[in-house]
Amino acid sequence: MEGQSVEELLAKAERDEAEKLQRITVHKELELEFDLGNLLASDRNPPTGLRCAGPTLEAELRGLARDNTQLLINQLWQLPTERVEEALVARLPEPTTRLPREKPVPRPRPLTRWQQFARLKGIRPKKKTNLVWDEVSGQWRRRWGYQRARDDTKEWLIEVPGNADPLEDQFAKRVQAKKERVAKNELNRLRNLARAHKMQLPSAAGMHPTGHQSKEELGRAMQVAKVSTASVGRFQERLPKEKAPRGTGKKRKFQPLFGDFAAEKKSQLELLRVMNSKKPQLDVTRATNKQMREEDQEEAAKRRKMSQKGKRKGGRQGPGGKRKGGPPRQGGKRKGGLGGKMSSGPPGLGGKRKGGQHQGGKRRK
Amino acid sequence: MDALDRVVKPKTKRAKRFLEKREPKLSENIKNAMLIKGGNANATVTQVLKDVYALKKPYGVLYKKKNITRPFEDQTSLEFFSKKSDCSLFMFGSHNKKRPNNLVIGRMYDYHVLDMVELGIEKFVSLKDIKNSKCPEGTKPMLIFAGDDFDVTEDYRRLKSLLIDFFRGPTVSNIRLAGLEYVLHFTALNGKIHFRSYKLLLKKSGCRTPRIELEEMGPSLDLVLRRTHLASDDLYKLSMKMPKALKPKKKKNISHDTFGTTYGRIHMQKQDLSKLQTRKMKGLKKRPAERKTVEKEENKSKRIKKN
Repeated sequence: MEGQSVEELLAKAERDEAEKLQRITVHKELELEFDLGNLLASDRNPPTGLRCAGPTLEAELRGLARDNTQLLINQLWQLPTERVEEALVARLPEPTTRLPREKPVPRPRPLTRWQQFARLKGIRPKKKTNLVWDEVSGQWRRRWGYQRARDDTKEWLIEVPGNADPLEDQFAKRVQAKKERVAKNELNRLRNLARAHKMQLPSAAGMHPTGHQSKEELGRAMQVAKVSTASVGRFQERLPKEKAPRGTGKKRKFQPLFGDFAAEKKSQLELLRVMNSKKPQLDVTRATNKQMREEDQEEAAKRRKMSQKGKRKGGRQGPGGKRKGGPPRQGGKRKGGLGGKMSSGPPGLGGKRKGGQHQGGKRRK
Repeated sequence: MDALDRVVKPKTKRAKRFLEKREPKLSENIKNAMLIKGGNANATVTQVLKDVYALKKPYGVLYKKKNITRPFEDQTSLEFFSKKSDCSLFMFGSHNKKRPNNLVIGRMYDYHVLDMVELGIEKFVSLKDIKNSKCPEGTKPMLIFAGDDFDVTEDYRRLKSLLIDFFRGPTVSNIRLAGLEYVLHFTALNGKIHFRSYKLLLKKSGCRTPRIELEEMGPSLDLVLRRTHLASDDLYKLSMKMPKALKPKKKKNISHDTFGTTYGRIHMQKQDLSKLQTRKMKGLKKRPAERKTVEKEENKSKRIKKN
C-alpha cells in the first residue's frame, strides 16, 4: 500500500513538473546553437513550415521567433546569477563567435634608449610629488610646466659670474641654453621614434658645425643643404663661378665580369629571344609614361598658343603649325618678335621642357 | 600613419585622449556605424536608415546630407568618412531604376573596406508605423538566425557575421535579466531574408524561467541578396587575428572526461614505499598482553637457536 502510494506520489510529482515545464519547453528537431556572450542563437532547422505559408507568413514568423526566443531565454536563465543593487544579474560567458577586428593588432613598441639603460642598470622611477615649495614666490608651484617652481629663465636678477665677459647678456644666454635643451630633447624623441619604426635616420654623419672642417666636408655639407629643400634643390641658385656638383647623375650598376654564369646565360638568352620575336614586346610602364609625357607637352603647347592668341592684336599666325607630340623640341626657336610676353616665354618654356625631359627620364624609371 | 601622428605631438591633454581613443588597442572599442544616404535616396531608404540609427543609437552616426558616391565602384570616399568619424561599420542607401531600394551594409578593417553586401528592400514597415511602445535606446538586443541557408553558402555566412557585428552592441560581462527587452530575428527563406524585431514580454510560468510572448515593435524588412564584395581569404584571416594576450590561457594538468569528470595531475617526488605512513587501524593494534607473548616466543626461538 505504502509502496504504491509512494510510486503514485512520484508519478504525480513528475507529471506536475512536466506540466510546469510545458509552458516553456519547445520541441525542435535540431538543437539551436547558442553564443550567450553575444546573446545569439542560431537555428539550423530548415524552415519547411514557412515555405508553404502564404498570407499567414507574419504569424508563422512570429511563432518561429517566439519558439527560438524561448529557447534562448531558457539558456540565459540557467546562467549563474547574483544580486547587484536589488536587480537580478546574470554573468555572461565570453562570446564565442569570432568576428573580425576593426583595427590591426598593436605592435609592441621597442624600448627607448633611456628605458633600455634603466632596465640594464635596474633604475626604477622614483615617485615624486606634483608640487614643490618655491621660496622666491612663497607658494607651492608645480615641478615642471607652466609657472614652475624654479624657472631660471624668469629671474629678474642674475649675478655676472667672475670669469664671464662683462658685455655678455646673461639673460639671453639662459634663454639660449633652454632652447638648445629643448631641441636636443626633440631630436632624441624623433630618433627614438625612427628607431621604433626602423625608419632610416637621415644620416648627418660629419655634418655638425665644429668650426674645424675641411674643404671636402664643407662642400658635402653645402651639397646636402642644397638638396634638402622642398623642390629637392631644383631652384637653388648657384654662384657665378660655381661648378655643378660631381656624381649627382643616375647611378648605373653593372654586374661583375664573371660571377653567376647561369644568370648571365639566362639574361643573354632572354635578350636574344626578345630580339628574335616577331611581335614587339610592350613594356606597359614605359609606353604609358611616354604617352603621358606627350600629352603633357601637347597640353602645354596648346595653353601657350591660347595665351599668345589672347595677348596678340590682329590675326597674325601663331608660330609653329602642328604641335604633335614628337621628339622633344628645343625651346626658344620662335619666329619673329612677338612681344614682350613671348620673349620671356621661350626661356622659361625651354627650361620647363628641359625639366620635363629630366622628369620624363625619371618617370621612365 | 601613426608614426606621423606621433611625430607631431598633441599639445593638449584632450587631443592626446582623442588620439588614444582612436589608436589600435588590444581589446577594442565598440564599433560605430555610419549611415549614409546616396545621391538618389528615396523616402523608403531614408526611413530605413533612420530606423536603424534608432536601433544603434549611441554607437552610430547618421549623415544628413546626400553623398554622391557608388560604394561598389569607388571606396575612397567611404574610407575617408570612416577615418574622420572613426566608424568601422557602414550602411549606404540609394535608389535607382536598376536597383530599387538598395542598401549596402559593410564593415572596415584598418579604415579600408573589408566586406560589403548589397541588399534590396522588398517590404518595409517602419518603427513609426507600428503603434507600440518601444524599448529604450542603447539596450543590447538578442539576435536569432533561423534557416539553414545561413550556413550553406559563403555569402550567407559572411552576411550572418556582418549582421552580428552590426547589431550586437557593446560586449558586457553581466546582464540584468529583466533588462532583456528586444530580439532581432533573421529568417532565411526562399532566397529572401526576413528581418523582424520584437519586444519581449515575460509571462509567469510554473517555474523560474518565464514564458515568452512577443510583440512586434520595430522595423521589419524583407531583404534580397544582390551583389557582394567580400574580402579575400587572407585579408579576412588577417582581420580575425587575435592578439596573444587575449587568447584564453590553457590550464595545464587538468583534463576532462566524457562524463564530465575533471581529472587533475599532481607531480610528486620519488617516495620510499617501505617508509610510507599508511592509516593506523586502531583495532588491529597489538594489545599489551599479546605483545608480551610475542616477545616471549621470539626470545624462546632465539634461545633455542643459540642452543
